[in-house]
Amino acid sequence: MLLISCPWCGPRAEPEFRCGGQSHIRRPGPPEAVSDAEWSAYLFQRLNPKGPHRERWVHAFGCGRWFNVARDTVTHEILETYLMTEASQARADRS
Amino acid sequence: MGKRYSAWEIFQRGLAGQRGWGPAWRSPEPKARYDVVIVGGGGHGLATAYYLAKNYGVRNVAVLEKGWLGGGNTGRNTTVVRSNYYYKASADLYDYALKLYEGLSLDLNYNVMFSPRGMITLAHSRHDMEAAARWAGAMQLNGVDAEMLTREQVARLVPALDVSSQARYPVWGGLRQPRAGTARHDAVAWGYARAADRLGVDLIQNCEVEQFLRAADGRVVGVQTNRGRIEAAKTAMTVAGHSSVLAEKAGFRLPVTSYALQAFVSEPLKPVIDTVVLSLATGIYVSQSDKGGLVIGGGLDLYPSYAQRGNLPTAQGVLGALAEQFPRFGRVRLARQWAGIVDVTPDSSPLIGRTPVAGLYMNCGWGTGGFKAIPVGGTVLAHHLATDEPHTLARPFGLDRFQTGALIDEAAASGIAH
Repeated sequence: MLLISCPWCGPRAEPEFRCGGQSHIRRPGPPEAVSDAEWSAYLFQRLNPKGPHRERWVHAFGCGRWFNVARDTVTHEILETYLMTEASQARADRS
Repeated sequence: MGKRYSAWEIFQRGLAGQRGWGPAWRSPEPKARYDVVIVGGGGHGLATAYYLAKNYGVRNVAVLEKGWLGGGNTGRNTTVVRSNYYYKASADLYDYALKLYEGLSLDLNYNVMFSPRGMITLAHSRHDMEAAARWAGAMQLNGVDAEMLTREQVARLVPALDVSSQARYPVWGGLRQPRAGTARHDAVAWGYARAADRLGVDLIQNCEVEQFLRAADGRVVGVQTNRGRIEAAKTAMTVAGHSSVLAEKAGFRLPVTSYALQAFVSEPLKPVIDTVVLSLATGIYVSQSDKGGLVIGGGLDLYPSYAQRGNLPTAQGVLGALAEQFPRFGRVRLARQWAGIVDVTPDSSPLIGRTPVAGLYMNCGWGTGGFKAIPVGGTVLAHHLATDEPHTLARPFGLDRFQTGALIDEAAASGIAH
């Protein structure tokens, strides 16, 4: 069971949250300048690292707000939670 | 090369107290060079090696396994074999595997204990019944056996299930694939391993790939391992649960996210359920092994993980639903619980064939259902490695579909909530 610190509600139990996958994905553009390969990578390719991963979570059964989590995918240790508009302070992964 | 297994040999060995069987396969030192090196000694890797040697006469082959054979997802799945998919491309692929499973014990001279006990998908509402009818229709059009069941038929086939009017998940009926069933997962890995070994394939365990060897033009020409450098004309990766990690070493990314999928086995019980039952409402499924344990599975732990262990909230959801739907299982104790790491693609269909890097081929992304596909995964990858052309069955499952848009979305038929 993860204990996740929502930036607004504080530490809450895992079942209150939903994971929304890799964070900090930037939509390429303008559309007419984007190749099929770039668009495919944007839509489908993911870092999927074995180790620290920055991902979006939503406090679905709480305040309902989205935020970022830096979490290790092997140990499940939560390294950091931070706002959607912030940059991560945790040790860098490859994103 | 070991002897052929037979009833006569069991009898003879029995007279000698079952001594002197000898190892089922050799443990050779890796050679400096092979025609094909397969990274990953699970079911798919071993089957690829076997069909390369058997169907195409390519015998200078090594399978490299970082742990022990079949110790990854092949040893962690819940052993269900079925082909109840929605789209023709998937049905053709998985039904080919099911047909190979039907004759696999004879083909491999190894009892994989394939048991076509049928699989029932429960429908819990009028809408579930409509979805099931559409699903059964698609299966029949694809040439796969399927039949609709009434509530009474379900009750007769699965007496342990609560079909009463007070049931928390009322049963309206279901969908059945009679030819589906289970097979012993370890035996599938061991059977392919022994059969490949007898055809001259080198099975090299405790051999972890550290990086790919590259020619000047970028082509993969082998692997650097903890047991030395091994060159190969062609290299294949069959590493369920680690596809992204290996792809990263080769310098490309995959449309894959890895999750933990839990499974549970109970203490042994007397025979209580003689088919496989999946519930559309709760996403759980259960069968009974030949040893008597209930084999239970459910949905994914819904965040990326390489931990090979499940989290409690998902376990509670799965086991709570099981106890609700099968009240008599509520007091059964669990013997084991574990998780495997499954590589899920956006359309829940596998990635088979070429990678973006020359000389490197893949068979991955089977998500929650790779075990049932082992014979066909091996067949089609062996074909691609031997002929450098995709097998007809595998053609729709190339990586290029994520650029062309020809996705094969089997999220529902994968049977696992994700």
